Amino acid sequence: MGPNGFGALEGVAAVVATWMAIGVLGLLRPRDLRFVRALFVGGAATALALVAIALVALWQPAQSTTLPLGLPDLPFHLRIDALSALFLAMLGCANAPISLYSSGYFRAGEGTAPGLICFQYHAFLAAMAMVLVADDAYLFMVAWESMALASFFLVTTDHRIPEIRRAGFLYLLIAHVGATAILLCFGVLQGGRGDYTFSGMRSVALAGAWPSAGFFLALFGFGAKAGLLPLHVWLPEAHPAAPSPVSALMSGVMLKTAIYGLLRVTFDLLHLQLWWWGVIALTLGLLTALFGVVFAAVQTDMKRLLAYSSIENIGVIVAAIGLAILFQANAKPLLAGIALTAALYHALNHAFMKSLLFLATGSVLHATRERSLGKLGGLIHKMPWVAACALVGTLAIAGLPPLNGFVSEWLLLQAFLFTPSLPQSFVTMLVPLAAAALVLAVAVAAYVMVKFYGVIFLGRPRESSLANAHDAGRRERAALVVLALGCLFLGLFPVNVIGGIDRVNALLIATTVLPAGHSNWLLLAPIATGRSSYMPLIVFAVIIAVVLITIVAIRRVWHGRLRRANAWDCGYPLQTARMQDTAEGFGQPIRQVFEPFFRMQRHLPSPFDERPRYEVRVSDPFWEGIYVPIARGAERIASVAGLIQHRRIGVYLTVSFLTLIALLFFGR
Amino acid sequence: MTLTGLLLQILQVAIALALAPLLVGWVNQCRASLANKRPPSILLPYRTIHKLFVKDAVVAENASPMFRLAPYVVFGAMCCASAIVPSLATDVPFASAADAIALVGLFALARVFIALAAMDIGTSFGSLGARREMFIGFLAEPALLMVLFTASLISGSTSLPTIVDTLAHRELAIYPSLAFAGVAFTMISLAENARIPIDNPATHLELTMIHEAMILEYSARHLALLEWASALKLFNYSCIGIALFVPFGIAEGASGLGMLAAVPALIAKLAVGGAALALIETVSAKLRLFRAPEFLGAAFLLAVLGMLVNLLLGS
Repeated sequence: MGPNGFGALEGVAAVVATWMAIGVLGLLRPRDLRFVRALFVGGAATALALVAIALVALWQPAQSTTLPLGLPDLPFHLRIDALSALFLAMLGCANAPISLYSSGYFRAGEGTAPGLICFQYHAFLAAMAMVLVADDAYLFMVAWESMALASFFLVTTDHRIPEIRRAGFLYLLIAHVGATAILLCFGVLQGGRGDYTFSGMRSVALAGAWPSAGFFLALFGFGAKAGLLPLHVWLPEAHPAAPSPVSALMSGVMLKTAIYGLLRVTFDLLHLQLWWWGVIALTLGLLTALFGVVFAAVQTDMKRLLAYSSIENIGVIVAAIGLAILFQANAKPLLAGIALTAALYHALNHAFMKSLLFLATGSVLHATRERSLGKLGGLIHKMPWVAACALVGTLAIAGLPPLNGFVSEWLLLQAFLFTPSLPQSFVTMLVPLAAAALVLAVAVAAYVMVKFYGVIFLGRPRESSLANAHDAGRRERAALVVLALGCLFLGLFPVNVIGGIDRVNALLIATTVLPAGHSNWLLLAPIATGRSSYMPLIVFAVIIAVVLITIVAIRRVWHGRLRRANAWDCGYPLQTARMQDTAEGFGQPIRQVFEPFFRMQRHLPSPFDERPRYEVRVSDPFWEGIYVPIARGAERIASVAGLIQHRRIGVYLTVSFLTLIALLFFGR
Repeated sequence: MTLTGLLLQILQVAIALALAPLLVGWVNQCRASLANKRPPSILLPYRTIHKLFVKDAVVAENASPMFRLAPYVVFGAMCCASAIVPSLATDVPFASAADAIALVGLFALARVFIALAAMDIGTSFGSLGARREMFIGFLAEPALLMVLFTASLISGSTSLPTIVDTLAHRELAIYPSLAFAGVAFTMISLAENARIPIDNPATHLELTMIHEAMILEYSARHLALLEWASALKLFNYSCIGIALFVPFGIAEGASGLGMLAAVPALIAKLAVGGAALALIETVSAKLRLFRAPEFLGAAFLLAVLGMLVNLLLGS
């Protein structure tokens, strides 16, 4: 029991147990679709309970407890503090609509049986919740690996398709490389005392290069899960392969557990932060953001496009964390607080808007059976609900006021801009350049989202089969509306949200962004009103008011007559849907401007070609630059090692004997 | 927020709405004179807007509600922007609702809506225009923010009234960083307002147009709103330029008399600015589309240079 009588940890444990129970129930009748759908609704209700528990825990002091599970002498330690509570709330908020959507989404006869998906899905949720409350390295790793495994099976739901199996394998591989780094990181953090509880790690004061080793192992390990450069390659493969609710959950929530881990290690377990860690994290984050958004602009598969956009958003979050480290190391707590708030706010935003967009692509996929942007178009007429909700997500992720993406962007720019002269003079020069790179990434993101929305929902249908498209079912629609309202809420009431985030700031860097007794819930002014302020609700109200007044005034003063005719198009008589921009065409300017980013193979037809074919392949330079050489090296080592295989038993015994001798000699 | 404050705020927006077409008319007159043509009446934009409002709206058969809503949203965003820009007085109540970053965000909102509306009908010109507009936009937007950041660094604030107050009180100080920023801002304004050398507001030559390509399918009241909004955009950009680089004469504090006294100064400055714009447009040639990144890249670099100069010299 917690000190205040409310057992938040017991509540979280109960939620985890309920999710596991729901999963096991799904296994009992795996082919009974109606039963499984009801289970998913139960999962959504449990998620709402988790939100309530987490929001209460956010305002309470940290609580910890021990569960008599696990190995002998290694019980599970659990702890819930403001950081865990915020991410648990995020998990619950994003998951409740996703579960509701899933209850209408999964159908029989598509790969894995629905009941089995239900089990994997809820095990995945339970593992994520456990990651967030784990208080020792052992439980953390167990939960982390369960999360990776459960999501691997979810990604390979349609395991009969070879590409999907390949994508799943790549995901599993990178997840394990990352997990190894995290394990090593915990090994460094315990400082040779053998105490793997987080409270033990907090009390260790590492010396010399060890804190840096710990930080970079964490950055590498959690970066692999989050999709930082150059470990991002699994995202654009795994997201298109997974069913849409799973993509939403992975992109919206699972990537955030990596952010949670990075924050936990950097600001909680390590007792100091060095300024150059911040510079490296900032640079890496910005490179990731730019790379992700430029690649998103040239994608032709809607889910791949969103996957690259997730890479961009993770880059922005990591850049904000880097900035927070930089300020914290230079003892500027208020600015560190603003940067950290921007990171957490963006994580929260991304959980809502990316889930919303992935679910919208799921509805489009079900309605049209088409993932390629080149074969969609004009769906706003057939799917008005999905189109309206997706528009909110599109505007939010493009960072436009008065929606939520803009709030975190605004906070982050404030942190960049009010960099007082830092003691490291070249960093002071670097920060404005970093701000420029960030703004560029956000501006290209708007381009990407116009492409995404315009090609899918606007214009004319590019295929005749789209005429049969239908709007999403009732539960799916409800889920989309809830997420869209969430985006709107986060955009319009930032002060209330930051009030909660400030609890995390107080925990991690002992400062708050909102001054004590801040009462004006309309006005967001982190430093001082004269320096910078933003009132999204007023901006929203003014725009809505102007629109309404204009509509009424035009009707009153002039008239509102309207008639329909053929499109004019400068008077050209022949117009077909093929004359619209394709996804490739829309991305062409980006391809031209950022040419050095891409590995491109182009085939242009000659003017005399009777049957011209235009072909362009854009591939990730990191794949050829890093992964293929590593794979080749591994194969070469394996083939050398293979020389001693397939021999007689005597050879193996000799090798074993020699190894033993060597070990005895070196390991005395 | 007091009632007087609200009234003054509405007055400022009303003056912006009223003056914006006049500015366009003036620029067109100057352009015609410089090209040795007989200039059209300065009141022509008002007549055009009125004429368009009177006409019946014709909308393509497959237009979605998005297409019909977009002009209103664009107009709303521009009105909102004109309430933020300190064109007449620095202390209007709405100014604390949105700062320089939010102002850039509002321009982006308008751009995204107009680009989406252009893609809605599904014609070749519409999507071509949308793509080009977003292309110019993602190059110009960071540069504009960098210019505003340079001014923010001088005053230590992103709030536009504070920036203007700070700059207006140091008449004799010379800011080398603002010189860079000023050149960059001019280049960005040309691009953002669909002017030569990036776009040509007078052309309907299909292969070169950007802004015109997006609004091809619009007619009557929707077109009137878009024309008015783009006039308002030019007005807003001019006022930002005036506020940053020649802020003298803008009323400090919020009083009705001070604001009215600021109107002649504003008109005089706009007249000079408009004539300069016409001159630039007359003496330069339109760039090929793929030269635009070089042009805007130069603007971006100048703005960043301005910022670095500011950090190095501390002014």
